[in-house]
Parts: sequence; C-alpha cells; structure tokens
Amino acid sequence: MSHHKVRITVNGTAGEDEIESRLLLVHYLRDTRGLTGTHVGCDTSNCGACTVMLDGRTVKSCTVLAVAADGADVLTVEGLAGDGRLSPVQEGFRQCHGLQCGYCTPGMVMAATGLLLENEAPDDTEIREGIEGNLCRCTGYDMIVDSVRWAAANGGAGEAASRHVHGGGALTPDEAGPAPSGSQPAPVVTP
Amino acid sequence: MGSMVGAAVVRKEDPALLTGRGTYVDDVRLPGTVHMAYVRSYLAHARILSVDTSEAAAMPGVLGVWTNADLEGLPPNRSVPGMERPCLAKDRVHFVGECVAVVVATDRYLAADAAEAVLVEYEELPVMASIAAATAEDAVPIIEGTASNVVLEQVLSATDAEEELAAAPHRLAIHLRNQRCAAVPMEPTVCLSDWQSSGLTIYATTQTPHHMRNEMAQMFGLSQQEVRVVAPDVGGGFGAKASCYPEFILTAELSRRLRRPVKYVETRSENLTSMVHGRAQEHDVEVGFDDEGRLLALRVRITQDCGGWPDATGIGLPTLTSFMSGGCYKIPVIAPSFRSVVTNTTPVGSYRGAGRPEASFMIERVVDHVAAELGLDPLDVRRRNFVQPGEMPFATQFEGIVYDEADFPGALDKVLEHVDYPQLRKEQATRRDDPSASLLGIGFSTFVEMGGFGPTPLFEQFGYVGGWESANVRLNVDGSAVIKVGTSPHGQGHQTAFAQIVADELQIDFDRITLIHGDTATVQEGIGTMGSRGVPVGGSAVMKAAIKVRDKAARIAAHMLEADESDVELVDGEFRVKGAPGKSVGMGEVAVRAFKPHLLPDGFDLGLDETAFHEPQNLSYPSGAHCCVVEVDRDTGKVRIARYVAVDDCGTVINPLMAKGQIHGGVAQGIAQALLEEVSYGPDGQPLAGTLVDYTLPSAVDLPHYETDHLVTRTSFNPLGAKGLGESGATAAPQAVVNAVVDALSHLGVRDVEMPCTPQKVWRVLQQNGS
Repeated sequence: MSHHKVRITVNGTAGEDEIESRLLLVHYLRDTRGLTGTHVGCDTSNCGACTVMLDGRTVKSCTVLAVAADGADVLTVEGLAGDGRLSPVQEGFRQCHGLQCGYCTPGMVMAATGLLLENEAPDDTEIREGIEGNLCRCTGYDMIVDSVRWAAANGGAGEAASRHVHGGGALTPDEAGPAPSGSQPAPVVTP
Repeated sequence: MGSMVGAAVVRKEDPALLTGRGTYVDDVRLPGTVHMAYVRSYLAHARILSVDTSEAAAMPGVLGVWTNADLEGLPPNRSVPGMERPCLAKDRVHFVGECVAVVVATDRYLAADAAEAVLVEYEELPVMASIAAATAEDAVPIIEGTASNVVLEQVLSATDAEEELAAAPHRLAIHLRNQRCAAVPMEPTVCLSDWQSSGLTIYATTQTPHHMRNEMAQMFGLSQQEVRVVAPDVGGGFGAKASCYPEFILTAELSRRLRRPVKYVETRSENLTSMVHGRAQEHDVEVGFDDEGRLLALRVRITQDCGGWPDATGIGLPTLTSFMSGGCYKIPVIAPSFRSVVTNTTPVGSYRGAGRPEASFMIERVVDHVAAELGLDPLDVRRRNFVQPGEMPFATQFEGIVYDEADFPGALDKVLEHVDYPQLRKEQATRRDDPSASLLGIGFSTFVEMGGFGPTPLFEQFGYVGGWESANVRLNVDGSAVIKVGTSPHGQGHQTAFAQIVADELQIDFDRITLIHGDTATVQEGIGTMGSRGVPVGGSAVMKAAIKVRDKAARIAAHMLEADESDVELVDGEFRVKGAPGKSVGMGEVAVRAFKPHLLPDGFDLGLDETAFHEPQNLSYPSGAHCCVVEVDRDTGKVRIARYVAVDDCGTVINPLMAKGQIHGGVAQGIAQALLEEVSYGPDGQPLAGTLVDYTLPSAVDLPHYETDHLVTRTSFNPLGAKGLGESGATAAPQAVVNAVVDALSHLGVRDVEMPCTPQKVWRVLQQNGS
C-alpha cells in the first residue's frame, strides 16, 4: 500500500501527515487528527453523518480520499463554535430540540451551515431540500427545520463558516477552541 | 419556585453533542486496540464444508483468524433453550449475513482485507426465506434438532370464538401484513472489549448495560463485579440495541485471548443484515359485528417470521400483540393465537413499539373494514365501541392486562378540534368529481399501547432480572446533586428530564444537577431503556430517591431549627417551621450540616445519599388519537401527507419540548413504515435492500410537518402519573396513514392497500380498480 505525505488544514490548524493512499478523509479526521465529532453512519454516502466542509463546500467525508484533500482547508463540527459560544446553527438546534441521540447531528449541522452560506433565508421547502442528503432517525426532521429557520433568523451560518468559505486562513487559538462545555446555563424557553 | 416538571427546558445533553464532543463507542480510544472484522455468509442457507484461513492469517497486521471450531467452550448467545445461536456459525448458516469467521488485525483496513481473503466452501441447502416457504409441505427444519420451522405455538384464550362469530349478524375475514422493517439507528453496532486481569470492560452500543453485564458474567463464568459494561453516548437504538449480539461476546473472548482491547465497528451493510429486524407479522383476522358496527367477537391468528434464529426478546413479541389485539374497544370475546416461524432471514426482535404496533394496526384496520362493510363513518364505529373513561381502570380478558386511566373518546374529540372533518369530507367529494385533482383521504387511528415495562413477572419472561428501575440521588456538600439511574438513554434526554424531577423534589437549581447513567461500575443497578419505561419507571425511581433525600434533609433541618420533624416543610428551597415563617434553613445549609457529625444528633447517619427502586405495579397504557390527511396522485400513485395531527395522552408531561420530539420521531417511523420501508428478500434469501441506497429511510423531503397536542390523564399506576411516550408515535401512525390511503380510494371499491403503500403499489391498485 503506497503512502503519501499530505498537508491538510483542519479548523484552522495545519497538519502534515504520512498517510495510506486509500485512507478516507473521515478516518483521517477521526483517527489521524483525533477529531471524533465527525461520524460514520453508512458506507454508501447516503446518510451524511460524515458531512464536513472542504474548501468552502460541504462534502461527505466518507467518500473523499484524504489524499484528495492535500493542500485543502477542512472545517468540521469542532470548528464551528468560537469564543465559547455555539454557532447560530448549533444554538438553533439546541433551542428547537433539533437533535436527540446526536449521532447525525454533526453532519446535519454542517449541512445546515452549508445551506445557509448559499441561501441566507431559505423557506421550509428549501430547508428540507437543503438537508435532504442527511438522514436522521430520531427527530422526524420537523424540529430540525425549526432549528435551521431559527439559525437563519439569528446570525445564519456563523463566523467560523463564513471565514472558512472566504479563505480567512487560520483561526486564532482563542477563536478555534475550546468548545463550550455542558455547564453553561440552560435558558428556559416556552413553547 | 416554579415547577420544573412541565417546563420546556432545553437539554443538558446538547452542547457536547452539538460541538462534536460527544463520546460514542467508536470515539473511545484505548492504547493497543486491535480491530475485528467478520467473514459473513453470502448464502441464506448452506452447509459449511470448509473454511480456509491460511492466506488471511499470513497477511500483514493480522493477529489471528477464528472459526467456530477455534472457539470451543464459548457458550452460544442466550435464547430459547435448544435454539441458541453460536457466536460463529457451526456447520450451517441460516441467513445472509450470519458470521462464519472473524479476523483481528492492527487496523480496521487490514482486518477488512484479511476477512476478504478467508475462503469458505459451502454446499447450498434449500432456501426458505418466507413464512410460506418455511411452512410449505416440503420445508425442512432450519434449526438442527427441531422437528418443524414452527418453533412456538400458543393460544391465548379459552375459546376460538367460533360460536360468537357464527352468531354475529355480520362476519368478515381479513388478512393483514405488518411488513419487516429495519431499525437503522444512525450509529450501527459498535463494541470495544478490554479483558484485564481484574476483569472485563465492554464499551457497547446497548440500551441495557446492566442486563448485558449479567449475561456476559454468566457466559464467561465471571462474577458480576468483574464485568463492567459502559454505554456512553449511544446513537439511537429503537429497541434493536436491547438485544445481546454475538459481536459483543466475540470481542470479549478475543480480547481475553489476545490480551489487548478489541474493537468492532459494524458497517451499514452489515447492520442491515445483522441487527435484529422488527415487525414481520401476518394476521388472519375474523371479526363479528352487528348492524351498528358494534364489535361482537374477534379472532386473530398471528404468524411471526422470527428469522434464522429466535431472538430472546423477539420470540416474546407476539404475546404482546395478542394482549393488545382489542385496542381501545370493548369486544366481548377476543381469541388470539400465534405461531413463530424460523426462516432463512435475519432474526427478528424489538423495534419501536415491539409487538404493540402490530396489534394497533390490526384492530384499527379492522374497524375501518367494518365501517366500509356497513357504509358507516369510521368515527361512528369507533365511538360505539370505545371503552369509556368511567370504566377505567379496565380489565381486559387477559390476566394482568389492565388499562389505566384514559379517555379514548376525549382524545378523538380533541383531534377533531384540529381538523374540520365535515369540510374535509366535502373536499374529498369535490375532488373525486374532478379528474384533474388528486384524491383526498382522511384516516384515523385511535390507539392504546403498553408503556412503563415491567412489572417484574412480565419482564422476567424476556430474560431480565426484574421490571423495576433503580435510582440514587446524592447531595454534595455544596448543595449540588448527582443522580445515578439504571435507565440507559440513547437520545431520550434523561439528563434533562430526571434533573427536572429532582429540581422539583429538592427545590434546588436545575443547573446544579447532573445525571450519571450507562456504566455498571458507577450505577448501582439497572434494567435499561426500552418499552417506554424511561420516565414512568426510571423517573419514578428518581422521584422516590429524591423524596428519601428530602425526608432525611428535613430531619436534619428539624434538628437545626430545634423543631419537631413533622412541623418542618420545604418551601421555595428552604426548610421552615410551619406557622413560624421567620425561622428557616436553606437546602445548602442542610447539605453542609449532613457532613458535620459533631453538630448532629449522636449516631446520625452522615450524608444525603439515597437509593430507591421503583417496581411498577403494572404496565401503563399510553393512548391517543391521530389523524392523517393524504393526497393521492391519480397518475403516479404517489401519496403525499397533507396534514398529520397527533393527540397523545402520555399522562404527566415532564418536558413538552422533548415530548414533542419523541412524538415526531415515532410518527416519522410509523409514516415511513406505512409508505416507504420494507426489508424484503428474494426467494433465494438474498436481501433486496442491503444498504441505504436501497432501504428507503425517509429524508426531510419525504416527511411532513406534524401538529401535536396532548390530552393529560394521569395514571394512578406510578407516582409521577406518567405513562411513557417513546413508542406511541410508531404505534399510532401506520394505520392512520393506511386508513387515509384506503379512504382516498374507497369510492373505487378499494378496501385495502398493503404496507408500504409505495407509488407502484398504489398505482397498481388504481389501475385494477378502474380509475
């Protein structure tokens, strides 16, 4: 099995790794880079649990070879929240109960982020079509649609994603991490 | 202090899950981990002549290859005695996907390479991939040592109701099919076993960690304290992760042999043939009724396709179908019986609702058939047969099956507040006269199901130690609280719901309460999360433990306030002396005092740390009424859901936001069963939907917006008054949709459309009936 040296920037951090040519981008992210937020849910690029952004476009990282991402800039779910705050899409999912088991969530959040980069104010049909490539078995999708609509009205795709698309380069350490912990106050919302 | 129970609080679980900081089993990294891959049968029924592992064993990174012959002494997976499935197929394979050999290598790519290199020689045997084939005259028993593929037969009533059926003014025979579905949790089966000198630790995608610990200990001859099962974040289960899989046992055994952690990550195509499927029942129904549509007698003969090996839970599900066959109706005589048939297919087990959706589908379709036969409105037939609220609790004819408090007609009235039924009927008629318009159909489902599983005598029959649940509530010195509970959530939001319950009982801040679950090393005891038992049984245990802590805190407060314990009350987070509002101590001060022996009465037990068990006195019975409005395209047969309205009565609602999520998710699976999903096999036993390319899991464009509402009738069967909610949607929805589809076509004389009502099937029905 042949090996290649690749340089891939993930969430603003450059990395140089010697990898097998058949290594999938999702396994590169999970195993080589230790970013286990991106999940694998199928072998056929149907479910979208592995969705990440590659040079400004959402891709299913289970069907991208890591070597094909040589020189590229990747944004994963770990890179969305900055400044100790959830991105608008993440916050929308939280406020509208857009997730249950959470397994499809990172991919769904990335797909929704990608949608809002292309369309700042999607209607419900456009939201459903925009996340059609991502499967969720828990929610029945209606509250995911609510979540994306919430995000569209409250900041859109968010700073990290916008910067990723516009090639803003590496984030400052302060912007890049750490993700907000579970201990932040949980606001009470009324239905 | 406002009540937290009933508040739509956003979840404690979410920040970690939303930022990629969740910990699913495949995210757990142990040093030295090696990876397991299976060689699976590509034939549905065959004799294994030889397995050549030599090439695979010599490949780079491979630590070993094992077949059944190499695993002598490893006990099979527990199931029906005499029908236990070995971890690796012994002489014969029973279904496509059955494990034949296993490879361990240093990484998952190398393990997959080596599995490809194992050569298995088979001799093909006759394939019986359906109930019809497995019960045909020339069928041969699939499981060695059995006389027939009908492995279990049971009659659940003293009479076959023939006399009552014969005497009824009208009699109808109906055949119904509840097709085989796959649970497809987005996270497939994953496990990581680490066998150390001190014992075995397994991280596993399970809904039942304590049950799995007990099984593993028994299987390996270990004591329970030597086995630790951890279910960290689990990516959905829907009942299918309540079964114990050979994969779990093998990672443990190979970790013992290799003295290294062994990880197994199932691929989706493996998942679709290896994880238990659900439903797979056929019903032959006879119903007797009078001119007004009153049901007089019901006979249901159930045939379950239990797959290539009976699953320990799956084999019990037709019993639940039988018990619930009367639905929310008062039928003088019900005669259910069932038989379970082994076929050359994937084993069948629990899938959201597990046995009850099959019953609910059957009786709700029967009611619509009766209405159609008599030319009555299906709602009138329902109203004439409902068990009335004044008759609750209602003892069915089945011993121990007693419906708790409910209001079946009230739920139907409530769903009708959301839809203008007469107007819909008018629109339906108008559209029928307009060939350019799509057809409109209106379907109802008034349902009742079982939640809150146990009690213990019932749950013992499914192999569990008990039907109770266990909780521990501990107050720290600083007044914050930790809950440890034996339920094992995988999306249900127990961290949030149970903190809401404790926040109310102890009147402490919701944000200062944490939940620990899914680890047998830290959680005292548990049964798990299935059968809509999380809130009614687990939540009740949490409530009881919190009340024990509060009672002890009150004794400490009484000492601090120099008052009699009976005079002390907890108000707004402070203990006060009744009638003396000026004197009070906060829960925080009491928490500190609980750790100061010199300031407490002599011999007072230190700490505020209490464990409680809740044994449900019976099942609870969630109910409700759902309405579905569909549009059927005359040219393509495509069904579009125009409206879906769900009124659910789950008793007390802990968190309306999460309750809505549970209903949506269940309804989505029910709609998908009605319109899209089916695991089907060719006559050769080859699965026709082996990946998500073929298995039509619905996406956001396939499912509608849901309108939800609640009717709240508290159950008296548990202290919370909650009935459970996780399975209601999946139980209620299929027949609401199918009734609507049939209703849309009823003017053509159509009485039935089989699930899933795909465009092709509906189109064909339209053609056959001269549309």
